[in-house]
Amino acid sequence: MATISREEVAHLARLSRLAVTDEEIDMFAGQLDTILQAVARVGEVDVEDVPATSHNVDLVNVLRDDVIDACLDRDLALAGAPDPFSNRFRVPQILAEGE
Amino acid sequence: MLSFDDVVARYEPVIGLETHVELGTQTKMFCGCPTVFGAEPNTQVCPVCLGLPGSLPVTNKAAIEATVRIGLALNCSIASWCRFARKNYFYPDMPKNFQISQYDEPLCSDGYLDVEVDGELFRIGIERVHLEEDTGKSLHVGGATGRIHGATESLVDFNRAGIPLVEIVTKPVPGIGARAPEVAKAYVAELRDVIRTLGVSDVKMEQGSMRCDVNTSLNKLGETWGTRTETKNVNSLRSVERSVRSEMIRQGNILENGGHIIQETRHFHEDTGESTSGRSKETATDYRYFPEPDLVPLAPDATWVKELKAALPELPRVHRARLTAEWGLSALDMQSILNAGAVELIEQTVAQGASPEAARKWWLGELSRHANERGIELGDSGVTPSQVAQLQKLVDEGKLTDKLARQVLEGVLAGEGDPAEVMAARGIEVVSDTGALTVAVDEAIAANPDIAEKIRGGNQAAAGVLIGAVMKTTRGQADAKTVRELVLSRLSN
Repeated sequence: MATISREEVAHLARLSRLAVTDEEIDMFAGQLDTILQAVARVGEVDVEDVPATSHNVDLVNVLRDDVIDACLDRDLALAGAPDPFSNRFRVPQILAEGE
Repeated sequence: MLSFDDVVARYEPVIGLETHVELGTQTKMFCGCPTVFGAEPNTQVCPVCLGLPGSLPVTNKAAIEATVRIGLALNCSIASWCRFARKNYFYPDMPKNFQISQYDEPLCSDGYLDVEVDGELFRIGIERVHLEEDTGKSLHVGGATGRIHGATESLVDFNRAGIPLVEIVTKPVPGIGARAPEVAKAYVAELRDVIRTLGVSDVKMEQGSMRCDVNTSLNKLGETWGTRTETKNVNSLRSVERSVRSEMIRQGNILENGGHIIQETRHFHEDTGESTSGRSKETATDYRYFPEPDLVPLAPDATWVKELKAALPELPRVHRARLTAEWGLSALDMQSILNAGAVELIEQTVAQGASPEAARKWWLGELSRHANERGIELGDSGVTPSQVAQLQKLVDEGKLTDKLARQVLEGVLAGEGDPAEVMAARGIEVVSDTGALTVAVDEAIAANPDIAEKIRGGNQAAAGVLIGAVMKTTRGQADAKTVRELVLSRLSN
């Protein structure tokens, strides 16, 4: 049975602002399904006595003091931006009217 | 069209408030960039807050401490272990395409804040206090309103991206009926005072270091809670009250006409006092939260938390109770001072040497009237506590009468400088030179022989005419009491 539906793929594409065609949704749904089924095999392992973790290093409270460090020079900061304007990062339209 | 009174007669509001507070740390939440307000665009950025590949966040200890202190001041439990989470979304105001926030494991939870409105106590439940990073600032270009909708492009400044931001979320507040707008305002005011007292943020709503979202719903009396809307962009205490009131009226009229409330984000407009519809809100699952893999968990040490709790300063409610006693006020007096937003202003004026009565008289009298007429906060009138104390000192020293002092205050309000400078520039001073006054009194006696005769005959009430004549020749700059004494002494037998 498929682990991800066409609707879910379309929804994720919308959240990510990716324009996908109907054909692409079918293609990605199939590909994602294969990936998800492979990952789902991890769920078959017996982990009853293993505590859940979100980090592979067993540390807590890695903190730094509130001390100022050097910033990037602005020209350097903007150097990787495709279309800077007026010392800012220029981005295309975010939301259309009524969206 | 239902009025506010009609709405509260038929419906019961439930409100909830989400307040964001930018912490006043020297550096950002996860990197060492400075946090100075108003710096040139994109000059306070580094690979971490620009989300450049390979960079890794490291948590600011001072931000954790400040958040724990806020939680403790709000009577919250402090988590013994918690994690940050990634909140994913596509807006370009975070260069990483996600914001580091907290989701189901907030640093502080389950507290309360007591708030007073006209002597009545409201206990506002605090659901959670969590820590996240602020977003960059976007300038939307090409649209009619400067808003994101309809803009053709946006310009982003990441100086603010990554500044530690504390979000304080109340539990839903039902059962307050017509008081909902006032309670909402009083809550935000009290929260602001608490945070200012802790010294962890400058909590300036007009600069955006404190921002408020207001949730409002209505239900028919005795029925289950209705669908809520979230009003954003509420950027002053006055607007908190206005936004709850206008949203209650808007929803009440929709429901009364058989309509349904849509769960949505609305934008408040300071100029009209109304809100307009924003986008329909993405749901929590749309943000695809998951534990931040680049950060290890936080585990605040219990002993450290205890020490922070013991070291909390005197909080505003306790502080006000002490001032009420020290200043010899009634609870009602203090409430009117609190409502006017004048507690700190009066306290600072007293600290500059004025008596509590005099300080209260100026701030609740002339200055409150001035602020109300202009629809501004009392503290924003441009007059400082020090100037009020200087003004009162001039009155106490007999250099100004009350009447002249009010003229001087007008000058101070108009930006003409300190009271002494206004006096010099406008040529305002009490004529205290008794030589000059005596001449004026003698002229008045000579011009009104019949009145003078009456006073000589023991009719002291007649002195008013002569005092009036003297005040006229001295253009109001004489002290009426001194003139009266002079008149009576010149005409005594």
